[in-house]
Amino acid sequence: MELFLFIVIGGITLISSFFVVFQRSPLYSALFLILTFLSMAGLYLVLGAEFVAIIQVIVYAGAVMVLFLFVIMLLNLDNEKREWMTKHIQQKYFGVIVVAVLVPLIGLGISTPLLYSKSQLGAPGTYSPQIAEQVSNTAAVASLLFTDYILPFEITSVLLLVTMVGVVYLARRVKKQSLPGK
Amino acid sequence: MLPMSYYLVLGAVIFGVGVLGVLIRRNALVIFMSIELMLNAVNLTFITLSRYLESLHGQVYVFFVMTVAAAEVAVGLAIIMLIYRNWGTANIDDINLMKW
Repeated sequence: MELFLFIVIGGITLISSFFVVFQRSPLYSALFLILTFLSMAGLYLVLGAEFVAIIQVIVYAGAVMVLFLFVIMLLNLDNEKREWMTKHIQQKYFGVIVVAVLVPLIGLGISTPLLYSKSQLGAPGTYSPQIAEQVSNTAAVASLLFTDYILPFEITSVLLLVTMVGVVYLARRVKKQSLPGK
Repeated sequence: MLPMSYYLVLGAVIFGVGVLGVLIRRNALVIFMSIELMLNAVNLTFITLSRYLESLHGQVYVFFVMTVAAAEVAVGLAIIMLIYRNWGTANIDDINLMKW
């Protein structure tokens, strides 16, 4: 059952992530990115991380992608649709080679059994599947977040405030002036 | 339970697709989306290891990664908007003021 879910949802994730890169129009790229995020939330559900899956749907597929689509609709990007397959052929060639080397390297390196043998890992953590059936995932994550990770949590809130101030500053209306790129 | 390497290899491949997008695309917005793709691939790796190592710390880390990614998207899109407003394009070939 898990294999079936993995093949279906993982396949959707993989194919739609390819479409994100190889789609000519940025709008279609963004729509396929939404599909990628949603199916990745499905993978999180399969892996038993309900809280993260819901946050993925709300924050990524919701807020972030609305921002992306908003900017795409706001900018006029039509004139860049056609030319991207014909220019920079050499750079694309080397890019494909680099990725063809990088992916087996990461994939084999991260999934080699040597890293995850029992003697290397030591004792498993406290969140065993038996406990996971009894406790709600959200409550478990929240209790960890508000005890062990309270300082990073507070720093994150400050980061969000800084981001908000920065974006408001960047998006303010500027007076007409001579800009260096003109 | 599936072998852990299935999910890890899937995460690695999606990360590679993101790298490919950054390398071969010229549109700043699509490059930005590819970066999001890479962040998501790493998140998938975190969740997988959190499941198979029976520890919740990976999920908390994913929470922080998502928060930082959301902040990064807001700032990055504001910068792309400003670039478009000043240069009239979002193509990174035309934005070469800091190249040399």
